[in-house]
Amino acid sequence: MTDQQQLDLRKDEVEAGTTTGLASPSVDVTSDRQNSLWSDAWGELKRNPLFWIGAVLGVLFLVMAIVPQVFARGVDPRACDLANSKALPSAQHWFGYDQQGCDYLANVVYGARSSLIIGVTAVLVVLVLGVAVGAIAGYYGGVTDGILSRLADIFYALPLILGALVLLRVGPSTDIPIINSRGPGAVAIALALFGWMTAMRLVRSQVIAVKSSDYVAAARAMGASGRRILVRHILPNAVAPVLVYATITIGVLIAAEATLTYLGVGLQRPAISWGLQIEAGQDSIRSAPHLVLFPSLILTLTVMAFVMMGDALRDALDPRQRA
Amino acid sequence: MGRYVARRLLLTIPVLIGASFLIFAMVYALPGDPIRALGGDRPLSPAVVEVLREQFHLDDPLYVQYWEYVRGLFSGDLGTDFRGRPVLDTIERTLPVTVKLTIVAIVLEAVIGLTAGVLAGIRRNSFFDNLVLVSTTLVVSIPILVLAFLTQLLFGLKLGWFPIAGTREGIYSYILPGLVLASGSLAYVARLTRTSLAENLRADYVRTARAKGLPNRTVIVRHTLRNSLIPVVTFIGADIGALLGGAIVTESVFNLPGIGREVFDSVRAQEGAVVVGIVTLMVFFFIFFNLVVDVLYAVLDPRIRYD
Repeated sequence: MTDQQQLDLRKDEVEAGTTTGLASPSVDVTSDRQNSLWSDAWGELKRNPLFWIGAVLGVLFLVMAIVPQVFARGVDPRACDLANSKALPSAQHWFGYDQQGCDYLANVVYGARSSLIIGVTAVLVVLVLGVAVGAIAGYYGGVTDGILSRLADIFYALPLILGALVLLRVGPSTDIPIINSRGPGAVAIALALFGWMTAMRLVRSQVIAVKSSDYVAAARAMGASGRRILVRHILPNAVAPVLVYATITIGVLIAAEATLTYLGVGLQRPAISWGLQIEAGQDSIRSAPHLVLFPSLILTLTVMAFVMMGDALRDALDPRQRA
Repeated sequence: MGRYVARRLLLTIPVLIGASFLIFAMVYALPGDPIRALGGDRPLSPAVVEVLREQFHLDDPLYVQYWEYVRGLFSGDLGTDFRGRPVLDTIERTLPVTVKLTIVAIVLEAVIGLTAGVLAGIRRNSFFDNLVLVSTTLVVSIPILVLAFLTQLLFGLKLGWFPIAGTREGIYSYILPGLVLASGSLAYVARLTRTSLAENLRADYVRTARAKGLPNRTVIVRHTLRNSLIPVVTFIGADIGALLGGAIVTESVFNLPGIGREVFDSVRAQEGAVVVGIVTLMVFFFIFFNLVVDVLYAVLDPRIRYD
């Protein structure tokens, strides 16, 4: 165990014993080390129940996406018997059966994988696009910034769902590789293409704020190249706000994916997806409301996991917002 | 101020053109042959197809088509759909529904959001404050799609308080979809009001007001609220533009014949002219209300000067 870990552990133990926070051992424990933004934030996060609820849910759905058969209790989602069609939940089949008489718990559980894959992939593409465009616009300024910022304005003016809807409707008839696949890749790209602007604006404003600081001038005086200054000295400042944004956006884009799939342009049958389940269930909302309720519930909990983690992360990383 | 508004107006032109061209370029690639589909079971004669393709500029390159479209736009002609109905008529028929829905949504958002935010902000860390924090997190996390079905199920089918589809019962039909459409912004308004109020309550001028011996009510209503509500009012203003273009799911689920559902139906039916016309209109609303809000900001808060 390193000294650092020992110190952290001691701090944890003291904190666990104090409920008022008045006896916080900030003086003697932290005097001989530099408190970084991240260690402060982690200390803050550990005490936030919202973060733990979000994190536990997030891990739960992650495991569900990796090994769905465990959560489905070994039932094959495609093993169906029409005799069971729309049967209500029971002790053996917690979520009941769907229209084709397939076990609904298994189907809902198997839906986690595509949602998470699309949500995470789309956010990764958003980050690549947003950070690259935002950094270039902020660092070079002038005409470059003008053009790139107008480009962001153009995309920003189009509602996410609408832009992705048109692109996914058109996609299959084009010969652009992933876009014409009608698969998870197409949905992720469509969401990222109409959702990168906020990340770009975040990075751009951070870069502009830091660009004129003394340490950047010092790096430049030592002969560092533009790219090195950008990557090593400026961008690390943007990590905190971008991380918060990215966490929440995973949830937002998972919801958007379900919506697009519900509207008929996202994932297509025979894929197993919450959007498809809600779409199929809405016709029998009176006779078998569980067909809409269960995928809706799990979808909401998944989105909530990421929103909660992002909220807690923001509170932890931004000391100004602390009460 | 005049120069600022003029500059902002000029900046909106490339955005408006860019956004409509983006949609135009995507719609241009819409699959299938809409002219052939028009004939249905009895195929149209090659001569008729020829004339129709000519009329809709279907054989010209993309930029020529777009130029023809913009030229029409400036003379108030948004073109016709493939059945010959003017797009302008379609917009006139569907826009009032969306406007009513947006008004209901904005009113609900302002009334509920502000009330919750003010009550939570005045008493930080009270039970009500925590209730607002938890319920806003919950509301933000529920996808519009899910919220629509939940409210239909609960208030429409179980309790029977509100109609769940169509517009037959006047303004009454708009309450449920309005609430669903406004939900996300409503939660945001509550949180924004709460944070802004709590921040201002610590300001020096509030301490001065208290030191003068003013009653608590006056300090909060006259001094704190006025300043705290500036960001909230501007958010609500900008949200009008966003809601006018963001009702695709709500209108589809609640079966309201507004521009959101119309654009969704048109995307499916490959009615390019209708899609481009309505989306351009939505983008215009979005930009317009953002501009209004930016100007409003300077009017409401004298500390901000744009010149």
